[in-house]
Amino acid sequence: MLWACVLLPQLALDGVLRRQPPTDAPLVLVSGPAQARVVHAANRSARAAGLYRGQRLAAAQALLSQFAMVEYDPEDEARWHRLLAAWAYRYSGEVGLLAHAVVLEVSRSLNLFGPWPRFESLLRDDLKELGFRHRIALAPTPHAAHVLTGVHDGMAVMTPDTLRRALSPIPMARARLPGEVAQALSSMGIRTLGQLFALPRAGLQRRFGSDLVAQLDRLSGDEPSPMENYRPPDTFEQRMEWTHEIEHVEALVFPLRRLTGDLSAYLAGRDGGVQRFELELEHRSGAPTRVTVGMLSAGRDAALLFECARGRMERLELSQPVVAMRLVARDLPPFVPAGRDLFDTRPTHAVPLEQLRERLRARLGEASIQHLRRTVDPRPEFAQTTIAGVGATPMASLPRPTWLLEHPRPLRGPPPTVLAGPERIETGWWDGGDLRRDYYVVRTAQGQCAWVFCAPGEQGAWMLHGWFA
Amino acid sequence: MGQVVALDSLLHARQVWRGRAAPLLDSSQPTGWPALDAALPSGGWPEHAMTEILLPVDGVGELQLVLPTLARLTRESRSVMLIAPPYLPYVPGWEARGVVMARVDIVQAGERDVLWAAEQCLRSGSCAAVLAWPVHADDRALRRLQVAADTGKALAFVFRDQRHAVQASPAALRLELESEPSLQVRIRKCRGGQPPTGLLPLAAGWS
Repeated sequence: MLWACVLLPQLALDGVLRRQPPTDAPLVLVSGPAQARVVHAANRSARAAGLYRGQRLAAAQALLSQFAMVEYDPEDEARWHRLLAAWAYRYSGEVGLLAHAVVLEVSRSLNLFGPWPRFESLLRDDLKELGFRHRIALAPTPHAAHVLTGVHDGMAVMTPDTLRRALSPIPMARARLPGEVAQALSSMGIRTLGQLFALPRAGLQRRFGSDLVAQLDRLSGDEPSPMENYRPPDTFEQRMEWTHEIEHVEALVFPLRRLTGDLSAYLAGRDGGVQRFELELEHRSGAPTRVTVGMLSAGRDAALLFECARGRMERLELSQPVVAMRLVARDLPPFVPAGRDLFDTRPTHAVPLEQLRERLRARLGEASIQHLRRTVDPRPEFAQTTIAGVGATPMASLPRPTWLLEHPRPLRGPPPTVLAGPERIETGWWDGGDLRRDYYVVRTAQGQCAWVFCAPGEQGAWMLHGWFA
Repeated sequence: MGQVVALDSLLHARQVWRGRAAPLLDSSQPTGWPALDAALPSGGWPEHAMTEILLPVDGVGELQLVLPTLARLTRESRSVMLIAPPYLPYVPGWEARGVVMARVDIVQAGERDVLWAAEQCLRSGSCAAVLAWPVHADDRALRRLQVAADTGKALAFVFRDQRHAVQASPAALRLELESEPSLQVRIRKCRGGQPPTGLLPLAAGWS
């Protein structure tokens, strides 16, 4: 077993930062009771000004006059934590949640994603794209990986033999032992994990209880680690809330890109696709504005989802400012990736046809793209349909035009010359749409070839129905 | 300036551009009309470029001109887009001429969106041919289409009224159809050669 641990040192802060385009403005998360507000987390520029976690808010305000303050929300943090677990599920079937970290079993995933260095860079690229600061380590046990990430980013310990050696120099304070135990051990002169491992077990158990010994065994792999396997939920729901009001649709584009990116990461983990999802724009008062984004077929490409959603969003007129946005995807059909020919001659930057169709539909309307197919009906009006699923064998090679007028209209101008005809079409008794017509091919004075009909037995009062263009 | 420089050395240093067009490669997109292929400098449609077709009225045989090409492309499982066609394409008629309709997308676009849709399709690189019927298209809009066709390596066909023949056009090939006394094509402009004078009769029939 090999476990990769992805430690998320600033999960709550990243969750807030990713709602808006990256800026340098100082921002802090605050927590604690109203009388004793403390800084929970501070972004880079706030830290540069001397703010730190645990600082009294009054002290922070004395140091820095202007900074954005956001209330720390543990629920929000947990949501991001679960989202990242769903993302990690793409890379391994065994995913667990530890404090501020996601662990995943990777020994079998290495066959698919390549050797660890390549796999690790895949993980890092994804996390960077999603906008989460991270540290990654690899170890034979999940808890050891969790401890190692805190000490050394990028450390990879492959075998149980080397694990003990890697753990030995780790100081007590970083070993993720219960607070009072770590304190007690330090005051006893035990400074590193190596020293702790060397102590007789019986004595440790008597003094600190069996929990500590069990934890040490789990750390070194002598005892299996009970880990609750994460299972991704069946629906996707993600919400972003702002402290300020957003009045223009353009300002929603960045959060929208984030949300659709999250949806795409979640879908990749589930190996599913989405065909329909809803965006809810919440206002201060009144019902939220709902935008439904539908696609022709299930997809999960982040760029495709974003583009479809943006197309719908840009046509929106905001009646009220937006304070929060929620993306809900309930219906998640299986995803079948479009096959691409190995010897495809199209340019490499080509937009897939599906994506092109979605782009056109997003701007021109849902029904703007049609495919016509032939039906078995001999009546010209019903000889073709846009509905999929009807197939018909070609009829006899009677003259048929290439353009059809949706509604026949009288043929104007001087009398045309008849080139061929008549062809009697007399049918439609089954649905009340009876027709009885003689069709002719004629040539108009302007040189057009027309498909016209008239009442049976007559030649005159031509009705134009198509062009042989 | 008194220095005399041999012309050869200048040419050899590649500092002088000689006004000679690059040799034209033979087109891999035959029109399906041998007489037209023979008259065109590249022996087919200009590749990755726009062809403008000017019509006196609808229904004189403008589709006959491109249907052999569309039939060939769709049978190779390549996509064709029709943007804002003036009438409904009649499937039995198209299929009788060999077009696989499953590969043909019909895009209904409003007057203002025709050029946008055509450009998107051309630029995407996933369509083999794009046919568009713009109502208002100025020189700049057409130039955009020409560039998009080049980017997406697609064939662009733009159908316009004959009265636009007097305007300059960035199209690589301009064809003007004449229906009297029978269907004839006049090549108004073609890239890579002098347009042949005279009319080319096309044996287009109604069947």
